Amino acid sequence: MRKLQLSRKVCGGLNAGERLKLSGVIYTARDQAHCRLAKAIRAGRKTPIDLREKIIYYCGPAKAPKGRVIGSCGPTTSSRMDEFTPLLLKAGILGMIGKGGRSPGVVRAIKRNKGIYFLTFAGCGALLAKYVRSATPVAYKDLGPEAIYRLEVRDFPLIVGVDSKGKRII
Amino acid sequence: MKTISASKIKEKVSDLCIKANLFLPLDVLKLLKNARRRETSQSARSALDAIITNAAVARRQKLAICQDTGLPVVFLELGQDLRIRGSLKQAIYQGVESGYRRGYLRESVVTDPVSRGKPVYRGAVIHTEIVKGNRLKITLMPKGFGCENKSQLVMLSPTAGVNQIKEFIVGAVRKAGADACPPYIIGVGIGGTADYACLLAKIALLGRRTRSSRLEKELLKGINRLKIGPMGMGGKTTALTVVVESAPTHIAGLPVAVNISCHALRRASTVL
Repeated sequence: MRKLQLSRKVCGGLNAGERLKLSGVIYTARDQAHCRLAKAIRAGRKTPIDLREKIIYYCGPAKAPKGRVIGSCGPTTSSRMDEFTPLLLKAGILGMIGKGGRSPGVVRAIKRNKGIYFLTFAGCGALLAKYVRSATPVAYKDLGPEAIYRLEVRDFPLIVGVDSKGKRII
Repeated sequence: MKTISASKIKEKVSDLCIKANLFLPLDVLKLLKNARRRETSQSARSALDAIITNAAVARRQKLAICQDTGLPVVFLELGQDLRIRGSLKQAIYQGVESGYRRGYLRESVVTDPVSRGKPVYRGAVIHTEIVKGNRLKITLMPKGFGCENKSQLVMLSPTAGVNQIKEFIVGAVRKAGADACPPYIIGVGIGGTADYACLLAKIALLGRRTRSSRLEKELLKGINRLKIGPMGMGGKTTALTVVVESAPTHIAGLPVAVNISCHALRRASTVL
């Protein structure tokens, strides 16, 4: 299994179905954060984080128990973000991590922007918590678990769901 | 007449929230382990291994099985000879708030569904059944919305017949695809009214029955032919089990409801 730090070049060489372990920084964002990011982009306003080359993780973590950096933190259903994803890809994000399938529009946008969509272990939030080294809310903190968190991850398990060529396994 | 205090109920509900979210029920774990034995594909096996390991990690490290600690659905079986001192409803709401806070669970509920706002620890859906005796059984099911979102109701024609019923149920799972964390546990409600069929589909997830009917077996086969598989990786196990609850209905109708549970079907009970 490949251990990776991601860049657009690296992602371009990954194929649907491939398994890898990600070490680096990812950002959580789910429904309400997507809604706000999309509004900001459409209005030509600056987004609270620089979206370029970022990996967005569809996740709203549980509270961190004492002495831990994060609580249970598995992926949420990606398809709810489908209406915003083409816009975010155009704004420069590199890819997404989530669970479940994507719309044809998202797959086309991934191909067009040379992005990538990863799956991770769905419904395994306790297991995934151990790959997170730090979690810091960085934007939309008023949304609680739906805020954007910056996560430092080590060996976070991923499967390529849709590759940059638009090939998919889901 | 036996009396229990609302504060006792609050305490028990608080404990149930933590227990349900941290400890996967043994019947669900057994279904997962059996599925693991049956699967032959490597990707389906590794998905099931991750799910089974996740349950062990949650139990050992006192972490929620899933970050979506759900909207708590509370089923009460309330003995008609029991008296409750104080407000039963408030006791449940307060118990939920306290349990979710103590257990470091997620604020997954917005009090206003339209304006939304910041998620909080309040809120639960309560179903009460009056039964014989002087006991109170409380079952708490934290229902995640990845799977709740895939619920479906249809009002079929009374002449529809069993094939159309099956098509609808299998179709609901096909539409859910891999979005709702397969392998699923499928709850089905047939009969009653629109609202009651939906409730029956939820009750079906409580695991009260252990023997499968012919219809349930056929539905399971049909669903597993979809080959969605654990986490959508393909394989034999799209659903772990199918449970159908039914009730008398009107001569003019045939309500059918499907309530899908993800593989992390969480519930905990206590009797007072």
